Amino acid sequence: MRISCTVNGEPQQADDVWEGESLLYLLRERLGFPGSKNACEQGECGSCTVYLDGVLACACLVAAGQAQGRDVRTVEGLATGDELAAVQQAFLDAGAVQCGFCTPGLLVAAHDLIGRHPGPADAEIREALAGNLCRCTGYEKILDGVRLAAARRADKADQL
Amino acid sequence: MSDGQKERGPVLTVPVRPRPRPGGVPGSEAGARDEGIGASAGRPDGIPKVTGEFQYASDLWLDGMIWGVTLRSPHPYARIRSVDIGPALATPGVSAVLTHEDVPGSKLYGLEIVDQPVLAVDTVRYQGEPVALVAADHPEIARQAAKKIVVDWEVLEPVTDARTALGLDGGAGGGAAGEVPRLHPGGNLVRHLRLRKGDPDPVADVVVTGEYHVGMQDQAFLGPESGLAVPAEDGGVELYVATQWLHVDQRQICGALGLPPDKVRLTLAGVGGAFGGREDLSMHVHACLLALHTGKPVKMVYNREESFFGHVHRHPAVMRFEHGARRDGTLVYVKAQIYLDGGAYASSTPAVVGNAGTMGIGPYVVPHVQIDAFGAYTNNPPCGAMRGFGSVQAAFAHEAQMDRLAGALGLDPVELRCRNAMAQGSQAPTGQVIDSPAPVEEMLRRVAALPMPPPAAWANGGAGAVDLRDLPGGVANTTHGEGVVRGVGYAAAYKNVGFSEGFDDYSTARVRLEVLAGEAVATVHTAAAEVGQGLVTVEQQIARTELGVHQVTVHPKDTAVGSAGSSSASRQTYVTGGAVKAACEKVREGALAVIQRRLGRSVPGLRLAGGKVISDTEGVVGELAGLLGDEVIEETVEWRHRPTYPVDPETGQGFAHVQYAFSAHRAVVDVDTELGLLKVVALDCVQDVGKAINPQAVVGQIQGGSAQGMGLAVMEEIQISGGKIRNPSFTDYLIPTILDVPPMQIEVLEYPDPHAPYGLRGVGEPPTISSGPAIVAAVRAATGLPLNQIPVRPEHITGTG
Repeated sequence: MRISCTVNGEPQQADDVWEGESLLYLLRERLGFPGSKNACEQGECGSCTVYLDGVLACACLVAAGQAQGRDVRTVEGLATGDELAAVQQAFLDAGAVQCGFCTPGLLVAAHDLIGRHPGPADAEIREALAGNLCRCTGYEKILDGVRLAAARRADKADQL
Repeated sequence: MSDGQKERGPVLTVPVRPRPRPGGVPGSEAGARDEGIGASAGRPDGIPKVTGEFQYASDLWLDGMIWGVTLRSPHPYARIRSVDIGPALATPGVSAVLTHEDVPGSKLYGLEIVDQPVLAVDTVRYQGEPVALVAADHPEIARQAAKKIVVDWEVLEPVTDARTALGLDGGAGGGAAGEVPRLHPGGNLVRHLRLRKGDPDPVADVVVTGEYHVGMQDQAFLGPESGLAVPAEDGGVELYVATQWLHVDQRQICGALGLPPDKVRLTLAGVGGAFGGREDLSMHVHACLLALHTGKPVKMVYNREESFFGHVHRHPAVMRFEHGARRDGTLVYVKAQIYLDGGAYASSTPAVVGNAGTMGIGPYVVPHVQIDAFGAYTNNPPCGAMRGFGSVQAAFAHEAQMDRLAGALGLDPVELRCRNAMAQGSQAPTGQVIDSPAPVEEMLRRVAALPMPPPAAWANGGAGAVDLRDLPGGVANTTHGEGVVRGVGYAAAYKNVGFSEGFDDYSTARVRLEVLAGEAVATVHTAAAEVGQGLVTVEQQIARTELGVHQVTVHPKDTAVGSAGSSSASRQTYVTGGAVKAACEKVREGALAVIQRRLGRSVPGLRLAGGKVISDTEGVVGELAGLLGDEVIEETVEWRHRPTYPVDPETGQGFAHVQYAFSAHRAVVDVDTELGLLKVVALDCVQDVGKAINPQAVVGQIQGGSAQGMGLAVMEEIQISGGKIRNPSFTDYLIPTILDVPPMQIEVLEYPDPHAPYGLRGVGEPPTISSGPAIVAAVRAATGLPLNQIPVRPEHITGTG
């Protein structure tokens, strides 16, 4: 089948998509967006987290066909040109990136959190990121990264 | 390619260059040009990792590539009567179906012992053993075709217990020695380490004994096994793969393919974590076989279920310990038997046995020691390297024993440990004198002095506001504090750094200094695997410090340069760091010679710093870039730490380990005694790292390592029944989430090791060793239960299982 959708604001189309393929496979192997990761492919690890019409989803649990006509935003679509999104810069500064395989999914989830909730408490950060596994960091620096991104956003808002 | 596809080439052809970063980095010399050793310099691969551009092995893509899959044995132990590949090969879209008959070189491979078939020949020894390979245009076509391969099995009764395999009493199988099948021609014993120190019949005032069981842990790295093999015009193959040691892979692949090293060229693809699970081969030879057979690039990517079958795990262990002490708490002797289940193939079992034995009593001084550590072949999944490597299993037992002894003596657990703590000059049970700082007592006292978490809101009769998220069971709303008790536990541990027992443990570094676009730039080329730990950052930092340049390019990791050894055993900052330092020193020597030749005179006390050439007597002589001009200076150095030696086969005595690294943990745990649910409230650590080359990365290692130790203590276990894995998924094999891992206070000590570059000490493993025992100690303190098995399960606490 043919799938047409929008990825990070650009229209995309893929032909000969097998009905059993996931949105994750479509993104990674057919459309050239490998940023969303394939750690478990059964919705347990969150490394393939994307926005689907603005709502978080595990791309591995969405059939490719379900993306028809919809808007997908991946980790590749968080930065604006060369300017990293606040969560991306904060993850680097806080040391929240080691192997980085969980990072794309965590960034999309954290981006969603601070977009909805400007000053999340630790318990809220933990709850929002509970579906994203990380094996390297023990999560402490991921918490630091989200706190830092939220604080910088608040600073920016104060200045406006 | 369909219309929407983007052009993507094979990976890592572009060297990782540092990019300018905005200032304001917490905990680092923000915006400073000097991000040398001791600074929390940013990762050179950081930006690609946060933008999604970093190419992991599973992201590789080449025009015209096809997909390989593996057919694996459903049986833990079986003979193969026949294999019919006809129906699979006839499937449209399939390019190749291969069996052991298509392996042109050695049919067997292995890290230390060559015992593992590339593809099963006539016998399979574990569930998941590779039997055949399929390559097809689409991974699903390949998977469906693999199901059409017909294997005629003669299913055999598996050996599933290490002590049974060794014909010893107490095995779960209960069989006598004569009835146990020999799984390998040499029998079922992989290694027996005998360690004998001091009096064989020591006498003590107080004796405590215990038997301890450790479950099988999975590395659970998130990036699945994957790689891309590309056939080359010279009849060789290029393999882009996620691994821990390119050259040991190359050696084994060459053996299986029957090709010389110059025809098997490896490049490290992006690695999504490793933790020991990538020391052994996985899809490496398989993808190369398919690529050479089809003449096409072949990509293989395991899914999570296959990953559980596709790499070795942490050895499960059964351990009997007996500790004897004087009434004042001074340890007199330790006797221990340690049985490690190596599973179907040897992997690194001999070295794991060596570590479990030689570090079997923990960081304590004990005059009389008798340890027997065994590694056995069984039909369970193969076990090998995982972070902590043998020390993790032993630490669960020796730390439980220390608490038991403290209880028997009426002593405080921290005081008992401090009374017996190793220090510089102490003897290890191998007789080796610890010849660098070993601040075990200081670490314990410091971790005990760290601020405690606030008391639980529910503790004062439920008067405070209870947040369910702070309680065991969380928002499952299983308790509001009733039945919940809090405990505090301590543990200390130590671990050897580097490869031991006489291994020629070296690394190779090539460093180049030149002027590019008016700036002096260094390039560091090593084969040392970056697996997430930040070695690429450390390589840059060392080059910056030694050569006084800011711009350092890390060359892609490949086999075009000599071996760097493995990214394991907490060794790369020490050994590859040492090699990079030594290569930089030679480059600097060459640069200073060129500069003095150009100046036409010799200048005393010259050094390089901040992009300048500086003399101790004359001050700044000039800009490095200007003085170097078009000269290119390149040096390659093979660097070794001081040698270690095999231990005596009868007594286990000898200079076995080049360096030890120490850590201590304190855990605070809330336990719901009615439901057996736990909440780790705090997990604090003090660790000596000699010199923190990158403080932020060091703390990250300690936090991440602590979380992995926590996983083994309270939740992670590959459950095996009849040799079969029952939970090969992240749905059923649970690793800690951000809701499980508590806040961690980390204190880093820097007592330099005079034998090591910059005084540094390996960092990665100790926290994985001491965190779990501290947590279990806290659960014991809370409940009064003995808890002799990890992971601790709810039924161990409720007494219902």
